[in-house]
Amino acid sequence: MNVLVPTPLRSYTGERHEVQGEGGTLGELLADLDRRFPGIRFRMIDEQDGIRRHIRIFVNGEQVRALGARLGAADEVMIVQALSGG
Amino acid sequence: MTLLLVATRKGAFTLKSDRSRRRWKLSAPMFLGHTVHHMVLDPRDRRTLLAAARTGHLGPTVFRSLDRGRSWKEASRPAAFRKAADGEKGRVLDHVFWLAPGHASEPGVWYAGSSPQGLFRSEDGGDTWAPVAGFNDHPMLDTWTGGAQDGTPDGPKLHSVLVDPRDRAHMYIGMSSGGVFETRDQGASWHPLNAGCLADFLPEKYPEYGHDPHCLRLHPLAPDVLFQQNHCGIYRMHRPEGRWRRIGENMPKTVGDIGFPMVLHPRDPQTAWVFPMDGGSVWPRTSPQGRPAAYRTRNGGKSWQRLAQGLPRRDAWLTVKRQAMCADGGEPVGVYFGTTNGEVWASRDEGGRWACIARHLPHVYAVEAAA
Repeated sequence: MNVLVPTPLRSYTGERHEVQGEGGTLGELLADLDRRFPGIRFRMIDEQDGIRRHIRIFVNGEQVRALGARLGAADEVMIVQALSGG
Repeated sequence: MTLLLVATRKGAFTLKSDRSRRRWKLSAPMFLGHTVHHMVLDPRDRRTLLAAARTGHLGPTVFRSLDRGRSWKEASRPAAFRKAADGEKGRVLDHVFWLAPGHASEPGVWYAGSSPQGLFRSEDGGDTWAPVAGFNDHPMLDTWTGGAQDGTPDGPKLHSVLVDPRDRAHMYIGMSSGGVFETRDQGASWHPLNAGCLADFLPEKYPEYGHDPHCLRLHPLAPDVLFQQNHCGIYRMHRPEGRWRRIGENMPKTVGDIGFPMVLHPRDPQTAWVFPMDGGSVWPRTSPQGRPAAYRTRNGGKSWQRLAQGLPRRDAWLTVKRQAMCADGGEPVGVYFGTTNGEVWASRDEGGRWACIARHLPHVYAVEAAA
């Protein structure tokens, strides 16, 4: 499936803003991304499997809040940096 | 030549001097936009650098350089608390706050102190990190620290990870809040070490734990003597006695003995520097009366000398954080501090005269000297 990557995480994806990933759940997708882009998962997901405070993840435009969210091969996953400037 | 490692709220920089330490060259920013709490050179190999970083959006990590900062790579397993068991409330690391190289006999070993209070160890030069279970899972930890709401404005911290140069199993840490703690079995068990230290913000003024040490120091040539700059004064402990003595009572009363950093002379265990902050009323934490100065003792705290030559004489409301003051190994010793308004000041004569060597930097969190 297609994954849209925000600028703060593009140092992990070779500056690509769009990558392909696999997984039946959000957790599996992020594990797949972490295998190919080591370290990317922990910057988004904490050690208790929570989505970090300033990260939002949308699947086909709907926000998901847990790693157990189901995914399909045709879904588009968008990772977003929530506002936390200053 | 001195190399200063400057960690700021918006990235890291180096300042490199010429042989005289009169002229300094500022590097380009590293990790621009990252909050870098600490950047430290490994004194054992003099080439490994670690930097503790996070951003507003992204979780905490550690970057490492094996070539003194020319190139960097992220730790392959950054520090993190253990995953909680089902039904247990797990802890989440906000940031690594303090980096400390391990004992000289253990090359590659590093320790990291975190916010919230946690202790982590690496055995491979900072590439992979594991929790120190004897500390992070200690059944008294929440009681010692007062919980997550009891800490600094940037969160509760574990800092000042000190390893006894005579015994790698003997270590000290400081916690804001929590107090000073000691282990004699390399972190398997811990006990508080706060006797004689005031905690005037608690109902019991001299409790066993719950204090707020801002900075704890141990001198490598006299490791039985500890110094600390505490929320409630400047203290010294002769470890066999096991009791803190308030050497800050000897500071001028109009200045007080509150501050964040404390720096020891590399060759003289009786010499130390502090940088007092206003600790009155709502704890402004700026230079008392707007007149910044360092203070130095040459006799273990029996007396203090004001060192303000070259600093602004008035209307300067500087704040110097606990990691933002250091000394180099030069002769005479160079002393340095960074401010939250982005200045770095240097003295190449042990505090006798100060000069501003960088300005317009982001909020400075830490300044470390590397030869």
